Amino acid sequence: MNHVQLPDASGHYDAFGGRYVPEALVAALNQLEAEFDAAMVDPQFWAELNGLRRDYSGRPTPLTEVARFSKHCGNARILLKREDLNHTGSHKINNVLGQALLTLRMGKTRVIAETGAGQHGVATATAAALLGLECRVYMGRVDTERQALNVARMQLLGAEVVAVESGSQTLKDAMNEAMRDWVATVDNTHYLIGTVAGAHPFPKMVKEFQRVISTEIREQFEQRFGGLPDAVAACVGGGSNAIGTFADFIDLPEVGLYGFEAGGDGVETGRHAAAIEGGSIGVLHGMRTYVLQDEDGQTVESHSISAGLDYPGVGPEHAWLAATGRANYEAVTDAEAMAAFQLLCRTEGIMPAIESAHALAGVIRLGQRLAVEAPDAAPTIVVCLSGRGDKDVDTAIKYFGLNGRPDIFTGGRS
Amino acid sequence: MNQVSSAKAITAANAEGRAALVGYLPVGYPNVPGSMKALRTLCGEDVDGPGVDLVEIGLPYSDPLMDGPVIQRAGTRALERGVRTRDVFAAVEAVRSVGKPALVMTYWNLVDRYGVAAFARDLANAGGSGLVTPDLIPDEADDWLAAAEANGLDRVFLVSPSSTAERIASTTRACRGWVYATSVMGVTGTRSASSSAAPELVARVRALAPELPIGVGLGVSNGDQAAEVGAFADAVIVGSAFVKALLAADDAGNPTDLTALRGVVADLAAGVRRR
Repeated sequence: MNHVQLPDASGHYDAFGGRYVPEALVAALNQLEAEFDAAMVDPQFWAELNGLRRDYSGRPTPLTEVARFSKHCGNARILLKREDLNHTGSHKINNVLGQALLTLRMGKTRVIAETGAGQHGVATATAAALLGLECRVYMGRVDTERQALNVARMQLLGAEVVAVESGSQTLKDAMNEAMRDWVATVDNTHYLIGTVAGAHPFPKMVKEFQRVISTEIREQFEQRFGGLPDAVAACVGGGSNAIGTFADFIDLPEVGLYGFEAGGDGVETGRHAAAIEGGSIGVLHGMRTYVLQDEDGQTVESHSISAGLDYPGVGPEHAWLAATGRANYEAVTDAEAMAAFQLLCRTEGIMPAIESAHALAGVIRLGQRLAVEAPDAAPTIVVCLSGRGDKDVDTAIKYFGLNGRPDIFTGGRS
Repeated sequence: MNQVSSAKAITAANAEGRAALVGYLPVGYPNVPGSMKALRTLCGEDVDGPGVDLVEIGLPYSDPLMDGPVIQRAGTRALERGVRTRDVFAAVEAVRSVGKPALVMTYWNLVDRYGVAAFARDLANAGGSGLVTPDLIPDEADDWLAAAEANGLDRVFLVSPSSTAERIASTTRACRGWVYATSVMGVTGTRSASSSAAPELVARVRALAPELPIGVGLGVSNGDQAAEVGAFADAVIVGSAFVKALLAADDAGNPTDLTALRGVVADLAAGVRRR
């Protein structure tokens, strides 16, 4: 595949991306782009970032073969890229460390962030504590309730958490509120966006900071198995762990790219968060992309059991990869994701984030489908396990009807 | 309905030795019929004194990232109460029926979804003067530049204190009618003190685009502030102060009571006439 360099100079991936923002933010976006471009070719920046990745975050993360889980995936051999083993428990730290270092380079002293599940908020609060930056995190009020543990984690790390009560009170509204803060504070504040969404240069920049996922996959795979995996897969909300998983493989057409969106109750019910499969092209949060919207263009509320995927848009490069057919996107329902969540726990002793469980459910389906289409093949698929599931235990307790009671009482007292 | 240039309303006021008053209200709040009455009040109907010179009709959007809490609240309620994109054309006609020029101010996705050419055509047919686009910069506006040209519509883009000279020059070149200068770095909403950034920005814009009228908005809430801003701007833009009056009536259980709105209109209209 002869891959053109995207985005173009104005931040477009063909018809997607761009900058649909108030003029007041253009200067800040230009400053950020210039600083980012300079940092990308500055060996000192990379030395510092790679040092933090190694000594603070714990990279490289392992590539774990999951043989017992693979038995449920047709003939496929499944490997997990263990982003859950990063410091703070997810891939979010990869992006946050990069942007926090850029914040210092720009001479800014404060970061703001939006968060859905709380993973990005926790990662941002962590980097802010490490580098001595003031930090405020915007979180939809609904999300603060379903992820109370992460609210406390951010506060313990010294961040201020703002519950956003406008609109649907979820991730998209937290982004709106962070943007409003940024318009008024852009002199000393960097808006540390957590995903490959928003106005240019955010999608491009966040991709570069998440690229390390695919770079490590490629090296580790080559070393252990030789060659390339047949496919890589990841869950897609805004799409940062997926773009990181895809990045080094986009130009290698022999590697299949699979993104799994949150199908909620099923795309056909209208209660889902699958912007590519169930949305249409529009403008949201500064970018042109696939959006869940009504006939008039009002954003439609998304639904997913996973707070981290509960977003009505998707990064513009994913929109482009979908439109060109280079990557395949499918929706996975809440029920499929929770079944995969439980399966990985029981077969491998690894509790995935519910977000990542969407990718696991997707490869179960993919592996079984490939076994029918090509019964003699034994494809190797690397799945990005983007985060760990500790934060989701409350949700799992409710979903599986656990009540925290022991299974058996013994000793004769009752 | 006849189309009129919004710039003409500004230059007419300037010819009287004063700044023009531009008033914003969203269509659909307190509900669609109620907003038509409120817009006519804004134009001076039943007001003790003149109304605004030019109306900006807001089209509520689910994700209004340039708006503060006051306009957000009204917009959310308007959407809950069923406002649709097409209602904005009736609102334009309501304003035109009392003889004032009307612009529409909205976030880009609603226009994009309606179809840029279709929106421009329907806006022109309703007698609208043009569009104010808070989240569309000229860099992304090729379709709109062409549609505005084809339909004789004004294009009001925004400049801000953070805009470089190059951007002020390119943005004002893309404008048709006048330019909207955001006086402070921030979202819409009333502020007790206006900032020194506003006169500085107006001076920079004037130096680069001497022919283009400049409207100043964000933060003006009463006659005194209007007089102060009117001393250096060609037009004073007020939104949240009007919306606040409607919200107060709604919260008090009388959403159709326009008494408070009439008072704010009279105060601001007197403000821009104060020497």
